[in-house]
Amino acid sequence: MSTGDPECAGRGDERMQPVPKTRQKEMVKIEEPAEDAWILRLYVAGQTRNSLIAFDNLKKICEDYLLTKYTIEVIDLQKNPQLAKDHQIIAVPTLIRKLPTPVKKIIGNLSNTEKVLVGLDLLRVK
Amino acid sequence: MKKNKTGPIAEAIQLEKIPSGIKGFDDITGGGLPKGRPSLVSGGPGCGKTLFAMEFVVRGIADYGEPGVFIAFEENIDDLKKNFTSMGFDLDDLVRHKKLVLDHIVIDRSEIEETGEYDLEGLFIRLGAMIDNVGAKRVAIDTLEALFSGFANEAILRSELRRLFHWLKDRGVTAVVTGERGDRSITKYGLEEYVADCVITLDHRIMNQIATRRLRVVKYRGSIHGTDEYPFLISSDGISVLPITSMSLTHKASDERISAGIPRLDMMLGGKGFYRGSSILVSGQAGTGKTSLAAQFIDAACRRGEKCLFFISEESESQLMRNMLSIGINLEPWTKSGLLKFHAIRPTAYSLEMHLSVMLKLIGEFRPQVVAVDPISNLYPIGDDMQVRSMLMRLIDFAKSLQITGFFTSLSNDVDTGTYGIEPTGMHVSSLMDAWLILKNVEGNGERNRAFSVIKARGIAHSNQLREFVLSAQGIQLLDVYKGREGVLFGSARMAQESSEIIDQLTRSEEIERKKRDLESKRRLMENGIAVLKEQYARDEEEMKILIRQDISREKVAEQTKKKIAIQRHVDRRPGVRREGG
Repeated sequence: MSTGDPECAGRGDERMQPVPKTRQKEMVKIEEPAEDAWILRLYVAGQTRNSLIAFDNLKKICEDYLLTKYTIEVIDLQKNPQLAKDHQIIAVPTLIRKLPTPVKKIIGNLSNTEKVLVGLDLLRVK
Repeated sequence: MKKNKTGPIAEAIQLEKIPSGIKGFDDITGGGLPKGRPSLVSGGPGCGKTLFAMEFVVRGIADYGEPGVFIAFEENIDDLKKNFTSMGFDLDDLVRHKKLVLDHIVIDRSEIEETGEYDLEGLFIRLGAMIDNVGAKRVAIDTLEALFSGFANEAILRSELRRLFHWLKDRGVTAVVTGERGDRSITKYGLEEYVADCVITLDHRIMNQIATRRLRVVKYRGSIHGTDEYPFLISSDGISVLPITSMSLTHKASDERISAGIPRLDMMLGGKGFYRGSSILVSGQAGTGKTSLAAQFIDAACRRGEKCLFFISEESESQLMRNMLSIGINLEPWTKSGLLKFHAIRPTAYSLEMHLSVMLKLIGEFRPQVVAVDPISNLYPIGDDMQVRSMLMRLIDFAKSLQITGFFTSLSNDVDTGTYGIEPTGMHVSSLMDAWLILKNVEGNGERNRAFSVIKARGIAHSNQLREFVLSAQGIQLLDVYKGREGVLFGSARMAQESSEIIDQLTRSEEIERKKRDLESKRRLMENGIAVLKEQYARDEEEMKILIRQDISREKVAEQTKKKIAIQRHVDRRPGVRREGG
C-alpha cells in the first residue's frame, strides 16, 4: 500500500483505476456513481502499523462483503494536516463512508470485522 | 496587569512563568502560569473555565503579543465568538489578523463505531497545524475531558492523553487545559494525574442565596503560591481574581497629614489632621452624623483638589447631596468637575466578593486619593463576621498600597440605650483601622445631643476630650462640652450652664468694676489732699523766704542808716568795731 497516493480497488469493475488524490473529489462528481456505488475514505497518519492493518482489513472486507463497486480513498493527514480540521478527524485510522449516505464513521484498525460490518450497515449483506 | 511580580511570593520563583493576563491571577501565583507547560483548570459547570482558558489566550495576544490557539470541544465557534463579543473580545478580528485560531472539535459517540486499535494522531496533527499556522505560544483546550465521552477505549485514551501533555511540553507552548470537576477527584476523569505543574480549581458556590466564585491553586510545582481560595469575579471585561494584597504588610506609610475638614477636629488630632493613606473609622448610632462627617471629609479633600470616590449604600447620590446641602456642604461642584464620584448600590444587590471587586475595579479605574464607604455595617447582612472583616481588610490594604485614605462609617446597634456601646457586636473591624472616631447620642434633660471623641489615632497625639458635635447650616462644629460639678453637660443644658456662668461672670466683674471706681475716687481724694497740703507748704515756705529777705534788707538799711548817722555825727573809728558795708 502506498498511503501517500490514493488507492482504489474495485471488484468486478475494470474501469477503476488509481486516481491521483488531487482529482478525487472531481472524479466523484464527474463519475456520477451508480446508486449503490460506495465511497470509503480511510484517514491515516503516516505509514504506521495500525494504518497498514486498517487498509488491509478494509480491502479484505470490501472484497468479501461489498457486492457493489466501491472506491477507497486513503488520506494521509501528515501530508494534508488541514484536512484533519476540515473533516473533523481526531483518531487515526478513521474510516468514513461518504456514500451511500448517511455518513458512517469507524475508528480503529478495523480488526473486528463484525463491528466494521455493523458500522458500515453491511451485516445484512452477509 | 503588566506587573506580574508582587509581594513576597514573587521572590521564590524558580520556574519560569508567563503572565496569564488575568487580573489578579498573576499576583497570587507570583507571576502567572508555568511557561511552556500545560496547566489544568478544573471546575463544575458554569464556573468560568472556558472564560479562563479564552482570556488566557486572548490576553496573551492583546497584552503580550503571543498568538494562540483555542480548541473547543463543547461550544461551537459561532457561539464562542458571540459569547466573547459580549465580553469585549473581538475574536473574528484576531482570527483575521492571524493571531488566533479557533477550532471546534466535534465528537459524537453515536456516530462513531470503534474497532481495533487506534490513536489520536489526528488530534495531534490538527493541533500542530494550528500552532504552526499562527506561530502560537499559547494553547487552550476546552474541555479535554469531552474525549472520554467520545471514545470507548479508555486505555488508549489515557495513554494518548499522556502523550498529548508531553507533546504540548515538547512543542514549548504554554497550555491551559480545562476539565470537569469530579466527585472525589479534581477532575472527573483524573486529568490531574497528567498535569504535573499547575492545577487550578474554580468553584461557584452559593451562600445565603448569594453566589460567589472562588479560585484555588491546588498545585504549582516549583513555585510558592497562595493556597487560599481566592474569590474572583466575572465582569464585563473578563475574570478578576481579587488581589489578596493582604498577603503582605509592606505598604509605605506617608508622613503627610491631611485635614479632616473641621478645624477643631484637626486640633484634636495633634493640630494637623489624619495621616494620608490611613484608614479612618467613624462609628456611631443612627442619626449621629456619620455621613455628614464623611461628606465633610470628602469636601475638604476635593477642596485640596484630590479625587474622591464615595460608596454609598443608604441614600441615592442626589438625596445625599441634597441632605448635605442642608448643613452647608455643597458637593455638587465636585461631582461636576469630576473630582468626586459616587457609587450607590444596595448591599444586597450582590455578594460581598462582588462588592469588593466592584470597589477595587472602580478604585483602580478612578485612582482617587480618598475613598469613603458609607456605611460598612451594611455589608454585614451579606456575609459573616470573618468574611466582612476579610473583605474590608483587602479593601483597606488595596487602598493603602495606593496611598489612598479610607474613610469608613459604621452603624453601631445600641440606638436607644444611650450607653457608650460603640462597636457593632461581632464585627471587630476597628483593629483594621488607623483612626477611630466615635459619635454617640447623649440623652438627658429631655433631649438628645451628639458627643464626639477620638478613640484612637495611630501615630497621632490625639486629644482625649469629649466634644459636642453640632450640625448647623454652616457645617459641622465641635464644641467644648461643659464639665463641672453637675457632670458633663450637652446641648441646651450646656448652654444654660454656660449662660448662667456668663451671668455670674458678669456680676462678678461689675462688682470689681465698682470697687475699682471706689478706690479710684479715694485715691483721687487722697491725691487732692496731698496737693492742698503741698500747696500750703509751698505758700508757707515762700512766706518764710520773704520774711527772711525782708529781715536782711531791714538790717542793711539799719546799718546804712547807722553809718550815715555816724558820718553825720563824725564818729571816730574805734578798733574792734566791726564795720559792715561801705
